[in-house]
Amino acid sequence: MALPQAARLSGSDLTLAYDQRVVAAELDVTIPDESFTVIIGPNACGKSTLLRALARMLKPRKGAVHLDGSVITSLPSKEVARRLGLLPQSSIVPDGITVTDLVARGRYPHQKLMRQWSRADEAAVTEAMRATDVSELADRIVDELSGGQRQRVWLAMALAQETPILLLDEPTTFLDISHQIEVLDLCADLHEAGRTMVAVLHDLNQACRYATHLIVMRDGAIVAEGEPAGIVTPELVAQVFDLRCEIIEDPQSGTPLIIPEARRRVTTTA
Amino acid sequence: MSLRFGPWSVRLAPRALVVGLVLVLVAFAVAVAAIATGEFTVPIPDVLTALFGHGTPVAELIVGKLRAPRVVTGLLVGAAFGLSGAIFQSLTRNPLGSPDFIGFTAGASTGGILGVIAGGTALQIAGGALAGCVGTAVLVYALAHRGGVQGYRLVLVGIGANALLLSVNSYLLTRANINDAATAGAWLTGSLSGRGWDHAIPVAVALAVLLPVCAFVSRPMRMIEMGDDAAKAMGIRVEAVRATAIAVGVLLCAVATAAAGPVIFVALSAPQLARRLTRSPGVTMAASALMGAVLLTGADLAAQRVLAPTQLPVGVLTAAIGGAYLALLLRKDRH
Repeated sequence: MALPQAARLSGSDLTLAYDQRVVAAELDVTIPDESFTVIIGPNACGKSTLLRALARMLKPRKGAVHLDGSVITSLPSKEVARRLGLLPQSSIVPDGITVTDLVARGRYPHQKLMRQWSRADEAAVTEAMRATDVSELADRIVDELSGGQRQRVWLAMALAQETPILLLDEPTTFLDISHQIEVLDLCADLHEAGRTMVAVLHDLNQACRYATHLIVMRDGAIVAEGEPAGIVTPELVAQVFDLRCEIIEDPQSGTPLIIPEARRRVTTTA
Repeated sequence: MSLRFGPWSVRLAPRALVVGLVLVLVAFAVAVAAIATGEFTVPIPDVLTALFGHGTPVAELIVGKLRAPRVVTGLLVGAAFGLSGAIFQSLTRNPLGSPDFIGFTAGASTGGILGVIAGGTALQIAGGALAGCVGTAVLVYALAHRGGVQGYRLVLVGIGANALLLSVNSYLLTRANINDAATAGAWLTGSLSGRGWDHAIPVAVALAVLLPVCAFVSRPMRMIEMGDDAAKAMGIRVEAVRATAIAVGVLLCAVATAAAGPVIFVALSAPQLARRLTRSPGVTMAASALMGAVLLTGADLAAQRVLAPTQLPVGVLTAAIGGAYLALLLRKDRH
């Protein structure tokens, strides 16, 4: 079989492990180009580990991650950073840094010792701050922002990196519901603007609503993948999350909406 | 604020530039004052002519042979301690990650004391300090290493090593004969007295070699302060940068300790003072080096003059001045 229109980012035969603990074995995964791919599954199913491997944060014990046809670790690290960005689960805010300075750090892979602040850098930072709606916060100290604002600033930093592929490790954790939606809407905008987005999420309903491609994992294996409406069934939810549920159509988005079975059902009185 | 010439461009922090310039001027002023004053006062114009080689014979002897080497050693050692402190505080993301707290300086002391007890020459004592510092660093690094070195592990292992080495040092002092113990005790406080060009030159050479390396790793190090994943995502080879930075930091600390003894607190306070003055995020290398130079020469000047004619070892003063100033700045931080 000739190589099909190979996706830019994929992993083949991945065995992923921390020290001696094997998290996933012989995993094959493909991130469709220009998709908004969401990886989901119960705690400790290996979803963040898979994302970290795709972002070259974790070296696979076996197998390889490919970016644009090359083994990702064979490419110069800075070159990879111009094509693939990652928003880690948690990063440390440097003491006393302003929003602009933090976002500007996203330009690192485009800079050299002698070329530290080109017009392109400046334009990318301005645009990233506009897209994430943090322009008014430009001179504020990041430490003093709210959780939602801070997450938008980290996203702006990742955007300033100007990579066609952006990976996000649980970008909504620690945010309240309105900030979760705000961040996910932003991700959807970025996807619509042509980026390939890959996110690890916790909330199945949010995953169904935003993903164009869903990867469902359990115990280090991919159980199902595809368009949410095509794969999310009560059987799948029972198999993956050990949860009995009913699935209806989300009245807002038309995507699958999971309603967990209630402990005490409402009985309609006649 | 940014500066662009054709393909070259840098982003400038005006405040950091001003602070840097002021520190250079202060260092120069302190150096001239230290050279001019003492038991025999040399007028400042004579200091300047003697420095540039056209002074009277007496002025040239006092300036060129006696005072200038001491001041220059102080400037260089201070800068080396400041840089070393900046590197380790950045790597460990912790002000307590300074070489004087994670065992490196204590290891240098062990080497130095052994040199004194063995009846070594000044050069051999310096060599012992160098070996002790590098040896301790290798050991701490190896013990803290677990598939890469995490900052907090380095601090924890280092604090353990520090405690162990301090007790070894005390033991060695109790076993030494009284003369050796007195010599070692004086060396342990850290002092610039009697330092000649042969002390200054090794530090100058080390700085000349290591400063470009510092310039090269300082930007990636600032990124690593945001976390290993964030830095790797930006295309930084975190372990390579960290290993290079550790090597540079240890060498600077070792060379400085060999020249002036384990002067404490400069490596801890210089980067913190520099950071607060420049108001820059994270640790700044250049300002830390300048601050270290100012702190050490300033402290040495004070040590010679405060209780004149009694001469104090500079280590007594660095702790006092650096500590007091840092406490003041921390108090201001609280608003």
